[in-house]
Amino acid sequence: MKLALLLAAIDRTLGGVMVFGDRGSGKTTTVRALAALLPPLQVVAGCRFNCDPAAPVADCATVCDRKRDGSPAVIAAPAPVVDLPLGATEDRVVGALDLERALTLGEKAFDPGLLARAHRGFLYIDEVNLLEDHLVDLLLDVAASGENVVEREGLSVRHPARFVLVGSGNPEEGELRPQLLDRFGLSVEVSSPQDLAARVEVVRRRDAFDRDPGAFVEAWRGEDERLRATIEAAQQRLPDVVVSDAVLEQGSRLCMAVGADGLRGELTILRASRALAALESEPEVSEATLRRVAPMALRHRLRRGPLDDQASTARIERAMDELLAA
Amino acid sequence: MSDGEDIWADAMLVAALLAVDPLLRGVVVRARPGPVRDRWLEAFRALLPTSVPWRRLPIRIDDDRLLGGLDLAAALGGGRREMQRGLLAEADGGVVVAAMAERLPVSLAGRIGAALDDGAVAIQREGFADRIQTRFRFVALDEGVEEDELPPAALLERLGLWLDLGGVSVRDAAPISATPEDIAEARATLDCARPPETRDIEALCSAAQALGVDSLRAPWLALRTAQALASLEGRDAIEERDLSTAARLVLSPRATRDLALQPEVASTPDDEVGDQPDERSANDHDEVEVDAPEPSLNDLVLEAARAALPDALKAFWTPAAANGPQGFGRTQGAAGAPLASTLRGRRIGTRPGPLRGVSSLDVVETLKAAAPWQKVRSRPEPRGPSPRLLIRREDFRVRRYQTRSESTVIFVVDASGSSAMNRLAETKGAVELLLAEAYVRRTQVALIAFRGLAPELLLPPTRSLSRARRCLSDLAGGGATPLAGALEAAGALAAAERVKGRLPLVVILTDGRGNIALDGAAFRTRAQTDALAAAKRLGAARISTALIDTSPRPRGDGASLADAMQGMFAPLPYVEAGAVLDVTRALRSSVT
Repeated sequence: MKLALLLAAIDRTLGGVMVFGDRGSGKTTTVRALAALLPPLQVVAGCRFNCDPAAPVADCATVCDRKRDGSPAVIAAPAPVVDLPLGATEDRVVGALDLERALTLGEKAFDPGLLARAHRGFLYIDEVNLLEDHLVDLLLDVAASGENVVEREGLSVRHPARFVLVGSGNPEEGELRPQLLDRFGLSVEVSSPQDLAARVEVVRRRDAFDRDPGAFVEAWRGEDERLRATIEAAQQRLPDVVVSDAVLEQGSRLCMAVGADGLRGELTILRASRALAALESEPEVSEATLRRVAPMALRHRLRRGPLDDQASTARIERAMDELLAA
Repeated sequence: MSDGEDIWADAMLVAALLAVDPLLRGVVVRARPGPVRDRWLEAFRALLPTSVPWRRLPIRIDDDRLLGGLDLAAALGGGRREMQRGLLAEADGGVVVAAMAERLPVSLAGRIGAALDDGAVAIQREGFADRIQTRFRFVALDEGVEEDELPPAALLERLGLWLDLGGVSVRDAAPISATPEDIAEARATLDCARPPETRDIEALCSAAQALGVDSLRAPWLALRTAQALASLEGRDAIEERDLSTAARLVLSPRATRDLALQPEVASTPDDEVGDQPDERSANDHDEVEVDAPEPSLNDLVLEAARAALPDALKAFWTPAAANGPQGFGRTQGAAGAPLASTLRGRRIGTRPGPLRGVSSLDVVETLKAAAPWQKVRSRPEPRGPSPRLLIRREDFRVRRYQTRSESTVIFVVDASGSSAMNRLAETKGAVELLLAEAYVRRTQVALIAFRGLAPELLLPPTRSLSRARRCLSDLAGGGATPLAGALEAAGALAAAERVKGRLPLVVILTDGRGNIALDGAAFRTRAQTDALAAAKRLGAARISTALIDTSPRPRGDGASLADAMQGMFAPLPYVEAGAVLDVTRALRSSVT
C-alpha cells in the first residue's frame, strides 16, 4: 500500500489508488500521513483553484484573472490531501453559489467545492462503498475528464480538477461497481501485520501519539522530510526513465494473458513501473520492476471467471511466471 | 464469569473506565431492554458530571441532525445562513446513546465511526465546510436476540468495551459505588500516567494474536483500558492485573478462535497469511529472547482472556472480528442485516432535479433549498402583494426511493450424490455469473444447498462477490437429496424477502429425485410426494420459480415439479454457466 501511494505521488497521472482491507489495518492512517510527505506545489497566491502559475486557467475567475497582466504572485503551498467525508452533499463536492455573498451583497459568485481544493493533490474517500451512488458517478466523471463543470443555480463554471483519487473500503461490505474500480490506477489489498514485533510497534506509536500529538509529529519530522525529498527527486527523474520496447511488449502480453479489460491496464503498468524505476533511481525499467507493479496495476481489472476466488494477485503472478519462462 | 454478580461487577468497571477515558470510544451493551440495562445506564450517568451532554440517537436520524447543516429556522425567519450543529457535535465531552444498535444502518455506523476515530465531525454539506472537534462516548444498546443480530461491524470494531448483561438479574444489579469525584481523580492520574512498558504492549499484542483478533485497534484499546484501570486505583503505571482485566474486557469478546483448540497458538503467526517456515522460526526465536526475563506475563494475560472465553464463545460475539473462517458465516449476517434494512423500499435521500411524472417532491428539502434566497428574491418585486415564499425550479428536491424492481434470486442447488460433482461446479459458476451482474441490476443473490438430511442456507441474500465466492468454494457434494425440505426453505426465504419489499425469484437446480421426506425419513415415495406438495405451496404463494433439470436424461420428475410450482422448466442435460444465466434472465423479464 505504501508503495502504491508513493508511486501515485510520483506520477499523478497514474490514476488513483484503491485500498481494500479489513478493519483496523491502518488504511486511513496511512493515507492521512501522505499529506506530510508530498512536495509543496507552486501555486498562484490566493487562488482558490490551486492554479499552476505556469499554466493559468482561462476560466479561473479569481486572483489569477486580475493578475493576468502583471506576473502573478507565486507561493509554495502544501499539496492538498482532501478528505471527502461521508454525508457530504453534492454542492460542497462540486462547488455551488456562494450563499453568503449572494445574501449580503446580492452578487453571484462561485464557491469552489472539494474538487477545486483537491486540484493537483489527492482526494481521499474513506469507505467508498458507503458513498452515495450519484456522488460516485460525479467523481468518476470529473476524474476522467480532469475538469469540473458546474451548471447549477444559474452558474456556469468550469475549472480544472485533476487529482489523485484514493479510496479505501472493506470488500465485506459490498463491492464496488466494476466501472468505478477500473478508474483506479492501482489497487492494493492490506491486512494488519502478523508479526508480533511490528504489531507492538504500531500500538506503541499510536499510544505515544495519543499522549502528545505535537511531540510525536516533531519526532518524526526528520523522517517525513527525508521521504519527501525522495519523492521530489523521483519526480524529477521520472521523465528520464527509459522504457524499452521489450518491456512494453511484455506488459501488453501480460494484460492479454490475464484477460484484463481495456487498455488502461497497459498504460498503468507502464506508468507505474516508470515511477518505481524513478523511485529507485534506476535509469531503465527492468523486468523485475514490471513484475513488482503488475499485481497492483492489474488485480482489479481481471474479468472474473465464474469460479475464481479472490486470489487475483496469485493469478497475475502465475501469468508472469509463465510469460517469462516462455 | 458465570455468575450474574461477576458480570455486573465487570459492567460497573466498564462504566467507570469509559467515564475516565473517552478515548475508549464507547461500549456495546448487549441486553434486552429492561431494568438491568436501565440500571447500568443510570450507573454510568451517575459517574459523569451532570453538565455533560447526554444524547439519544434515533436510528432514523438524517445527516442534517447527525452531522449538522443549514439552520432552517434562521434561514426562513431571518434570511440568514447559519449552521446548525449536529447531534455528534453537541455531544462533545458527553455521551451518545443508541438503542436498537443492531438495526443501525451501515451508512450511519460509518459516519459515527469516522467521528469516533477523528475526534471530530467533518462537514461538507449545504454550503458549509467545517470541522468541529467532538469527543463523545458512544453507548450502543444492542437488543439483538439472534446470534448474528449484531450492530454494524464498522461500529463494533471501534467501540472499546463490549458487555453482555444477558446473565444478570435485577437482584445482582447493585448500585455503583464510585462517584464523579473518583472519576475526576482517576482522570487526573491518567493524564500524567507513565508511558507503557514494551513488555506490557507485547503481552496484549500476543494475546490478541492468539485469540485471532486481527485488528490493531483491539490491542491499542486494551492498552488504554489497562492504563485507565491503573488510574482508577490511583497508580500511574500498569500492573499485571490491569493487563489481565483489560484482556478479559477488550480482547476476549472479540476472539475468533478458541484457545483450547490451539494450545501453542501464542507463538504461531496467523495461519491464513501463509508465512514461510523460516520466518516462523525466526519469530519464535524473537519471542523467546524477549520473554526471557519475564516468561509468565504473556501467559498470564492470555490466561485471563481464556478464562472469560468459553462463555463468550458460546453465548455470542464469537465471530465478531470479521476475519477467520469460523467467524465468516455469522458475522456476514450481521453486516448484511442492517444493509438490507436500508434498502427496504424506503426513502434513501433527495437530489435536486425537475419534477417528472413519477418523482415525488420532498417538501422540507425544497423549502430548505429555497429558504436562504427569500430575501434576495423578494427584492425585485417591491410592488404588489409579494408571495410569502418564492420557490423556483432549481429549488425542487426530489425524493429518491430504492427502485421497486430490486429482486433477490434464490438459488436452490442440489449438491447430493445423485448430482455429479461436475454439475455442482457448473452451478457454482452460474451463481457467480449472476452475482457479477447484480451490481448493474442491483440484484441480490442467496444460496440454499441441499444434501444429506437437511437443506442449508449457505448464503443469505447478498451482493458481495467475495462472500459468495468463499461460500461457493466451500460447498461440497455428496449424500442424499432432501428436495422437499429445500423447497420449503426456499419458500420461507422468498416470503421473508417479499416482506422486505424485494421481489424473490427462486431458481432450483436439481435432478428432481428427492429421497428424503420432510420429516427426515429416507423413503423415496414419501419424499417425492412431499416435494410435490412443497412445490405446490410455492406455486400457491405465487413465487416466481424456475426449475433447471440437471439430470443427464430427464425423466419427467423435474417437469412435474415445475408444473406444480407453476414455474418455468428447462431441461439442461449438461449445465453450463451461461445457459443458467439465460434462464434466470428470461425468468426475470417474464416477471418484470
